[in-house]
Amino acid sequence: MFGALANCSEPQARSTATVAVATNFKPTLEQLAADFETRTGYELETVSGSTGKLYAQIVHGAPYDIFLAADQARPKRLIQDGRATHQGRFTYAIGGLALWSPRKAEITPDSLIEPELSRLALANPDLAPYGLAAMQLLDRLGLTETLQSKIVFGESVGQTFAFVSTGNANLGFVSAAQVLALPEDVRGSYWLVPRQLHDPIAQDAVLLEGSGQNQAAVAFFSYLQSPQAQETIRLSGYRIE
Amino acid sequence: MSLPDLSALWLTLQLALITTIVLLIIGTPTAWWLAQTRSRLKPVFEAFIALPLVLPPTVLGFYLLIAMSPNSWLGGFWVSVTGDTLSFSFAGLVIGSVIYSLPFMIQPLQTAFEGPVKQAMRTAASLRASPLDAFFSVAVPMSVRGFVTAIVLSFAHTLGEFGVVLMVGGNVPERTRTISIEIYEHVETLNYGDAHALSAILLVVSFLTLLSVFMFNKRYPAHVRV
Repeated sequence: MFGALANCSEPQARSTATVAVATNFKPTLEQLAADFETRTGYELETVSGSTGKLYAQIVHGAPYDIFLAADQARPKRLIQDGRATHQGRFTYAIGGLALWSPRKAEITPDSLIEPELSRLALANPDLAPYGLAAMQLLDRLGLTETLQSKIVFGESVGQTFAFVSTGNANLGFVSAAQVLALPEDVRGSYWLVPRQLHDPIAQDAVLLEGSGQNQAAVAFFSYLQSPQAQETIRLSGYRIE
Repeated sequence: MSLPDLSALWLTLQLALITTIVLLIIGTPTAWWLAQTRSRLKPVFEAFIALPLVLPPTVLGFYLLIAMSPNSWLGGFWVSVTGDTLSFSFAGLVIGSVIYSLPFMIQPLQTAFEGPVKQAMRTAASLRASPLDAFFSVAVPMSVRGFVTAIVLSFAHTLGEFGVVLMVGGNVPERTRTISIEIYEHVETLNYGDAHALSAILLVVSFLTLLSVFMFNKRYPAHVRV
């Protein structure tokens, strides 16, 4: 199917698509992109950042073809504002939130109230859906007030991850996929937050306005919904609807 | 348009002020030594001090993030003394800013200390003034212009600091959320009203700061002759 698509395209014109991807999904996208490129001969370029940051860039006309957000709100808003095409907003992954530390000591919800905890990192909730989910969890556990002075904000879930992995923060809320992507010997310990403790992190994909003619973009958009792609996404630590 | 939260502005002014004071204390003897020394290593030190001018803040921020981690000797030492981590703290930002603005303090001072000041110091020494006495009563008054330039540039450069703070600050309100970070966040969340207001404030403050140094320099010659 993809080979056929590649054959009927005008390869010189638009054989490359640019995908704006929320940081948490970047490692998975790289795997998917490699597979997609060998299957079809199209090329993908990726730009990653927090969902909020990418959204702001798109609103200002950033030349992206596909937006893989970490929430549903921003893709919806892009469609409402006519910046994304109506057809085909879909949930490509449902993310899991993890409380993570690179140390081996077992992480449980109680780790949040241990006195040794001096810095808890989470992604900026105004920009990053994983940060928002972490705040919802802390609210639900009644810990927001207690932990206020210990919370530091990463610009995206990627920076949050870096704060924890360099040891600057003892603990951090990151995406389960980021943790699972680590080699086992440096994975440390994590608590996978039960999903009923925060709003689901449903991650939506949209095709951006003007990219409907980009064959590479259209092909990748449908590849993302293929069983092979979904299998890769599931293996990376996401759920699929 | 309502007035945005100004706590980030106060925090930034405090950071710039403290950074400038620390730089003055460590920069003056360093610049003096550089101006006087005949060491073959002088260019090495000069190049090292000028590094923040050319290195991207990400490089500095990355090294600082590693160095300030409680797992490293500096970060670990800090935790054992203060009980608090150096990263994400105001003290951490001061250290980052001191390194980041180092050339802005040292280079104007070194220039001021070279030339006629050396001659005058030799004269003072021949009149049996102690080196310290000669420094404060001869070198400092002769280098007023250098001091003003160094102080104002260090202050203004710290006001405009962004990348290093972004990398080691952790965006903590009233501790590490400086005005540049606050503006960045307003822009990213499409909150243009506050972004405009804070940017305009920073623009005016920076302009007035620089204007003061240029007006001062116009009034003062490069070296005051004794």
